[in-house]
Amino acid sequence: MSYESKFKVWRGTPDGGDLNDYTVEVNEGEVLLDVIHRLQATQVPDLAVRWNCKAGKCGSCSAEVNGKPSLLCMTRMNTFNPEETVTVTPLRTFPVIRDLVTDVSFNYEKARQIPAFSPPKGVAAGDYRMQQLDVERSQEFRKCIECFLCQDVCHVVRDHDDNKKAFAGPRFLIRAAELSMHPLDSNPDRAVFARDEQGIGLCNITKCCTEVCPEHIKITDNAIIPMKERVVDKKYDPLVWLGSKIGIRHD
Amino acid sequence: MSSLLERHKYDVIVIGAGGSGLRAAIEAREQGQRTAILCKSLFGKAHTVMAEGGIAASMGNVNSKDCWQVHFCDTLRGGKFLGNPRMVELHAKESPDRVWELETYGALFDRTPDGKISQRNFGGHEYPRLAHVGDRTGLELIRTFQQKVVSLQQEDFAEFGDAEARIKVFAELTVTELVKDGDAIAGAFGYYRETGAFVLFEAPAVILATGGIGKSFKVTSNSWEYTGDGHALALRAGANLINMEFVQFHPTGMIWPPSVKGILVTESVRGDGGILTNSEGKRFMFDYVPDVFVDQYAKTEAEGDRWYDDQENNKRPPELLPRDEVARAINSEVKAGRGTPHGGVYLDVSTRLSPEVIKKKLPAMHAQFLELADVDITTQPMEVGPTAHYIMGGVEVDGDTESSAVPGLFACGEVSGGLHGSNRLGGNSLSELIVFGRRAGLGAAAYIKALGDKRPTVSDSDLEAAGKAALAPFHADAVPGPDGSAAQAPENPYTVHTELQQVMSDLVGIIRREGEIREALEKLKSLRVRAQRAAVEGHRQFNPGWHLALDLRNMLDVSECVAKAALERHESRGGHTRDDFPTMDPNWRRLNLVCHLVPGTDEIELTQKPVPTVRPDLLALFDRGELEKYMTAPELTVLDNPQTSTGEKA
Repeated sequence: MSYESKFKVWRGTPDGGDLNDYTVEVNEGEVLLDVIHRLQATQVPDLAVRWNCKAGKCGSCSAEVNGKPSLLCMTRMNTFNPEETVTVTPLRTFPVIRDLVTDVSFNYEKARQIPAFSPPKGVAAGDYRMQQLDVERSQEFRKCIECFLCQDVCHVVRDHDDNKKAFAGPRFLIRAAELSMHPLDSNPDRAVFARDEQGIGLCNITKCCTEVCPEHIKITDNAIIPMKERVVDKKYDPLVWLGSKIGIRHD
Repeated sequence: MSSLLERHKYDVIVIGAGGSGLRAAIEAREQGQRTAILCKSLFGKAHTVMAEGGIAASMGNVNSKDCWQVHFCDTLRGGKFLGNPRMVELHAKESPDRVWELETYGALFDRTPDGKISQRNFGGHEYPRLAHVGDRTGLELIRTFQQKVVSLQQEDFAEFGDAEARIKVFAELTVTELVKDGDAIAGAFGYYRETGAFVLFEAPAVILATGGIGKSFKVTSNSWEYTGDGHALALRAGANLINMEFVQFHPTGMIWPPSVKGILVTESVRGDGGILTNSEGKRFMFDYVPDVFVDQYAKTEAEGDRWYDDQENNKRPPELLPRDEVARAINSEVKAGRGTPHGGVYLDVSTRLSPEVIKKKLPAMHAQFLELADVDITTQPMEVGPTAHYIMGGVEVDGDTESSAVPGLFACGEVSGGLHGSNRLGGNSLSELIVFGRRAGLGAAAYIKALGDKRPTVSDSDLEAAGKAALAPFHADAVPGPDGSAAQAPENPYTVHTELQQVMSDLVGIIRREGEIREALEKLKSLRVRAQRAAVEGHRQFNPGWHLALDLRNMLDVSECVAKAALERHESRGGHTRDDFPTMDPNWRRLNLVCHLVPGTDEIELTQKPVPTVRPDLLALFDRGELEKYMTAPELTVLDNPQTSTGEKA
């Protein structure tokens, strides 16, 4: 059961490009990445696309399909009408390198700014004890495959390049939440960092990130909102404020 | 050309950014070596993220009887006594410390009720031994190391004002050649995917951590990077490859729909209670328990079922036999006409586990089948069949330092050979990465300290040659025919690759025969000629056609090694099954097959080398009756008077 289907695929460089029309064979059970590979193998051998695992586990083949941030390997062809023209474009939030490949180095820079896990003092390796219930909160965020679809869709940076400096994006707000909720992390300033360095205040919880997450991480409800609450606690809790004035310091 | 080339000087170059590469780089950096990590993909995308089941380590958190000695025996037995005993010993002894160390880097494993790291059952492991995070343990390992690298960079930023002062990641960079100074390693040459620009890394020590070779096969669980780069680089640099005939076909890959064929269904599905049935509804694995395992597995379904609740008083079900046994059994069932509509067998967790438990224990599998195959594993069986998964063979290394025969060249992880013998147990791969990744980093650091100021240098002529070879696909029209005749029509690299995969799957796959392997070697020869004409369109910027044309050479090198070794080994053992030599032969157990280049040529030669002997104190960990199934009588006399034996170093 195969048919010919029409595609528009963006090809170009940082200097510009166009949507190109292609007709490619589609077979039963295929995903969009299969079609892109067939296009490469039979018509456009130098079509640039990132991919690795083809199983939705590595987060490499991120692109926009009919305008929606998606993993090409998890986009089943039977979700489209055979008559429909499918449009594939690169992630809009990041600069194009070539064709469907974008420069995602923004994300690696943001990752490097977050203070690393701070091991508990005086607990030797092998002596870590944590309850399943307690690790599960952070484990949800560690499911992240770093496809950066949430970063791509987030309107704080999608249409406002200027905000990139001040805003870390949903992927790294969940990293902050993960460390903050880690039962044995000994850095008490995760929320302060989220406020001052990650720009968590810029997020106005439209939940677009949660909608595109292929791992179904509840980014907004389980990470960003609790972190916003912790920020508020830090900022306005009179006891915390008093404490900060009478000599309990963490620097 | 050399004037235009980007050059870097480091102490240690790590090629590959999966679990073993990152662990090696972390160790080298902590030993004070300036270290560069070169990764073929983006940082954090390595194939390790696909590992699902867990990390084998005898911490004894779930069953306190577990200890390194039992893990040692399980691993050597799983590899049919062909493993390098020193590596098997180090691996069993050190993996608990390496797992605990991950927690200090921030890893979050699933827990036991008393708050320790939880451990799960897996094929071939006597006790629950695999530390795990649901079914995404590999992702946890990669993310943990990725974040540890970041934390080292933050330390360096604080100290030097430069985060990359002592450890730097070069992403989307492919190494095409190792360069040497005389006999010793002098560096690595490669290109950036993004620009196609060449880059030279000058370094006295190179650690290969490039993973496996799965992309030489048609049905594989491996990602696009797995083109045998490290195996081929080592071979061409003069190192030895051992055990290349042993390719693990994971018994349970997805087989439907066609586009996901080969994608893995984790062994935890069986460890947690999944059963295998054929089209007649029969649990066929009970018919496939080989003699050497007959005392260790349940004989009835009832006993196998009881084992899940009471492991002290029952034997495990044969669904948990080592992977090679299960893969062959599935192959036989399908061949006998008892397969599923799409040519596999059924794997079912829905009969034993509730939907809630399945979603909790196997969330990634549940999502994978629902989203890719439209199958709900909480109510329906999965269709599964064997998929090329792992190569036991690889660079021959010293077990303590991971050094190869080439001074300055180290290898760890899947690209190295020895630990797994003829068959790898599930869970032993992730533990291998962390144990031997660290040891490779230590080995490289010690090598550099011993070198002192005598650093090797790279010659301009080697650079010219490496650059020319890498650009050859852009001038494919100019390659003369095999007999020196006029240039022939260029080839499409994608077509040559597809044909290579077909040859390897059809003729050097799960079940092998002499005539077919010979046919494969002939076809590989002609594919090699055609691959030289693999032509590329377009520019050097991010051009996948060009990348594939270059990777093809590596895939052809390793495929030839696999075929040559498979032809030579006249027995069936682990990941090597010969239809014409269907049994294990104790005389063959004593021999490793070694591939290397005939010096000064690109011809691959095969030689035999004795398998290192097992130290008597380690041999004594086994029942004599079991050893007699694997070893020749003279080998066992050492057990009669252990005092007079000459063991290797303790």
